[in-house]
Amino acid sequence: MTGWSHHLPALQVIVPMLVAPLVTLLRPRGLAWAAATMASLLAFAIAIALTLGVLDGQKFSYLMGAWPAPYGIELGVDAFSALTLLIVTGASTLALLAGRHSVDTEIEPDRQPLFYAAWLLVLAGLVGIPVSADAFNIFVFMEISSLASYVLIAGGPNRRALPAVFKYLIMGTIGATFYLIGVGLIYLMTGTLNLADMELRIHEVADLKPILVAAAFITIGLALKAAMFPLHAWLPNAYTYAPNAVTVFLAACATKVALYLLLRFDFFVFQPNLVGHDVQFAYFLMPLAVLAILIGSGVALFERNLKRLLAYSSIAQIGYILLGASLVSLAGLTASVLHMFNHALAKGALFLAVAALATRCSGIRLENISGAARSMPWTMGAFVVAGLSLIGVPGTAGFVSKWYLISAALGEGLLGGVLVAVIVISSLMAVVYVWRVVEAAYFGEAPAGFASTREAPPALLAVTWAAALANVYFGLATSLPVTLSTSAAEQLLRHLP
Amino acid sequence: MTAEQSILIALLMPLAGALGIALAGRINANLRETVTLTTAAGLAFVVWGMLPELMDGGRPFVRIAEIVPGVEIAFRVEPLGMLFAALASGLWIVNSIYSIGYMRGNKESKQTRFYVFFALSLAATIGIAFAANLFTLFLFYEALTLSTYPLVSHKGDEKTVRSARVYLGILLLTSIGLLLPAIIWTYFVAGTGDFTPGGILQGQLEGPALGLLLGLFVFGIGKAAVMPVHRWLPAAMVAPTPVSALLHAVAVVKAGVFTVTKVIVYIFGVDYLFAEPSSSWLLYAAAFTVVAASLVALRQQNLKRLLAYSTVAQLSYVVMASAILKPLAEIGASLHMVAHAFGKITLFFAAGAIYTAAKKTEIGQLAGIGRRMPWTMTAFTIGALSMIGVPPTGGFVSKWYILAGAFQSDNYLAIATIIASTILNAAYFLPIIFAAWFGREAADNKLEHGEAPLTMVIALTVTAALTIGLFIFNGPVIALEAQMLGVSK
Repeated sequence: MTGWSHHLPALQVIVPMLVAPLVTLLRPRGLAWAAATMASLLAFAIAIALTLGVLDGQKFSYLMGAWPAPYGIELGVDAFSALTLLIVTGASTLALLAGRHSVDTEIEPDRQPLFYAAWLLVLAGLVGIPVSADAFNIFVFMEISSLASYVLIAGGPNRRALPAVFKYLIMGTIGATFYLIGVGLIYLMTGTLNLADMELRIHEVADLKPILVAAAFITIGLALKAAMFPLHAWLPNAYTYAPNAVTVFLAACATKVALYLLLRFDFFVFQPNLVGHDVQFAYFLMPLAVLAILIGSGVALFERNLKRLLAYSSIAQIGYILLGASLVSLAGLTASVLHMFNHALAKGALFLAVAALATRCSGIRLENISGAARSMPWTMGAFVVAGLSLIGVPGTAGFVSKWYLISAALGEGLLGGVLVAVIVISSLMAVVYVWRVVEAAYFGEAPAGFASTREAPPALLAVTWAAALANVYFGLATSLPVTLSTSAAEQLLRHLP
Repeated sequence: MTAEQSILIALLMPLAGALGIALAGRINANLRETVTLTTAAGLAFVVWGMLPELMDGGRPFVRIAEIVPGVEIAFRVEPLGMLFAALASGLWIVNSIYSIGYMRGNKESKQTRFYVFFALSLAATIGIAFAANLFTLFLFYEALTLSTYPLVSHKGDEKTVRSARVYLGILLLTSIGLLLPAIIWTYFVAGTGDFTPGGILQGQLEGPALGLLLGLFVFGIGKAAVMPVHRWLPAAMVAPTPVSALLHAVAVVKAGVFTVTKVIVYIFGVDYLFAEPSSSWLLYAAAFTVVAASLVALRQQNLKRLLAYSTVAQLSYVVMASAILKPLAEIGASLHMVAHAFGKITLFFAAGAIYTAAKKTEIGQLAGIGRRMPWTMTAFTIGALSMIGVPPTGGFVSKWYILAGAFQSDNYLAIATIIASTILNAAYFLPIIFAAWFGREAADNKLEHGEAPLTMVIALTVTAALTIGLFIFNGPVIALEAQMLGVSK
């Protein structure tokens, strides 16, 4: 794997970014979709190649324009970023493969090329963040993905998407600005934007006020982007009113990338240098993570709109990821990174099933899908499998990360016991909210005057099942995600003093 | 066919059977029933075929996958699991014969779905029986809950679905909320969850924490129905009677007490737990359940509900026998699993036969029915006598061993409980038997009926015969279970 393989980190971003403007020109029906899907598939293939390389022990570092590292822009891929890239490109590819029918019903044909172009820009931005080793470059990609994702979310027929997206835009901009202020302050003090260089240079100025302020700005800005409780207010409506295919894509990966950056920045730059930062980090994150888990699951119990229900469940799941990280231990971080992957699998499959339901039912509230299992047994079957993974039933991917998380919590003594109780209570709440959907679909009477009689379109159904089965596969053959997340966690911890 | 292959075949056969039933159900009902019976017979053949190797001390083992380092899906056949699998697979044949008569006699709907999920539940049961570690056991424990849910909610009307929700809710919430943390805790402190003779927790955990872990296990295993997590069992009585018979007298409830016994013997270790005072609460909880459930049974008017509460009491018999923590009592526990299975399945079969032939469900309606349905009521009588523990029935033998175990450790609480519950059992079963044989049929009874369909009568006669047979031929069972504890009988 010499020669071209070291270009992969750059190609990862370039492919979707260059195809995006081309897509806008593809007017004939279906062509824009095909081109976007091909680009996404190619990006997925590159992510797989990068992952295999990382597993082989290969080091990916790419100097843009061959300018040496601290001065030029550096791209790099390690285990943590490879896993994140897999999540992002995988989610995009599945959503595109499944989403053609769903997009056809929600977006007018003449706007579709623009829609798919925006999609590829989101993809380019989201993969750009994990491959960048440069704080400002990351900001640029963050903005690309955010601006394009506002377009995607607002693209649906539902007018209520507009206030939702406006809220997201304001919050997202605040988050990005906070991040930029933080990066600016660090640049002011160290004169560098390269993350590795920053880690070394920040040491000299570590406990000066601007650095402490920068740490606060960056952590909070990224927490906002990651929808960490109580900064999650933008998320439920944005997911709910976005077109179904977009929800599949963004729900599986958008917050994960922000979480990736949060962990990377904190562990690479701040943890090694700021005295007591690890303790502060834990004290700051842990209570918020616990609240996110309990409140997110609690609200999901009472939601009747399927997408909102799953969105609130996502807030709880983000809580799990942060909880693992807040333990600042190898086991905790492994659980955290692993849960990013497994939750993306489960939530992606669930939103795919919801998209499938939406193609045939009059809406996606519980009363709309009442009795749907009789006419759509395959769709609901996939929903049940993915739901079991979300709950964390053994044999599914969701179980594996919960196992790691609980094991990590048990290593913390008495406090760990409390955390285990929180995880267990939230899992039980997940049983209840998944069950409410299952019960409505299997035992409810079909709504009067409306009888959905057909299964979802075959392509959508096939992808939904592929995602559901991936939950089972990665629940049994765990070596790939576990290896990646263990080495990601080791890498993060190596930067601790 | 090596024993390792037998394990895999035993697991896959009911799954393949389920597929075959689903396909055959589209063609012809008789073909479908043939597939059910063939699968059941084949499964029993494979499972029973492993018995000789077990008796010679063999412990066949198969590893399927490693989920997390140290946590794997693996199967190992050992005496207790062998007993459970042999019991469930053998009674499945009888139950299938019975089901055919019941489902057709009552013109039930969705029969194909019924047989498919029945086969799936059997696959889960075999998985539980042969699980080599806590994780694998949990996997199939949940599979059993999920695959029996469609059977419990079979009727599909609102009342049934509400009861079925209680069933699913209690079993899922207890298993995920209590059992799973207990399992993870065990893996965390012991580094493994393999079922190991002598236990794995010795020296790893002690004092109140051990008692707490035991509590998480016992109440997390909701299928064992130790009060207060017993409510699902009466709720599950909305199921068709064959389901109550095989699943809620044998497979599901026995999966519960089987798991409790297995955890006590192979995870905690009998001797280690006996030396640990913080575990003694279990005896009290089980004894309370035995007496309280019997008292509730005394007040029931509906025959199936009475049998359900009697089951709750009898299950806690097994738990209590395990909790005596003496070898003879552990043998008594496993014997009681068998004796109660034979007796209770007979009683449920009889209840279903009465419902099919006479459409009667309440105890007050049963006066004089013995003359119309002599075979059914004879079987009922034998089953009831076994519950009370009167010779010559299997229930007598198991009570004998439990009592012997209780005397080994001068456990007067257990002895008193057994005496009290024997009296209570007699108090609720004897009046029914007496009225059925010597009572006068109500004058306004219009329905002229004889015995239930032949297949049902055959099934309940077989299980009644087994109940008596266990009294005489209990040697192999005891020899097998003595191996479990590594003691001579």
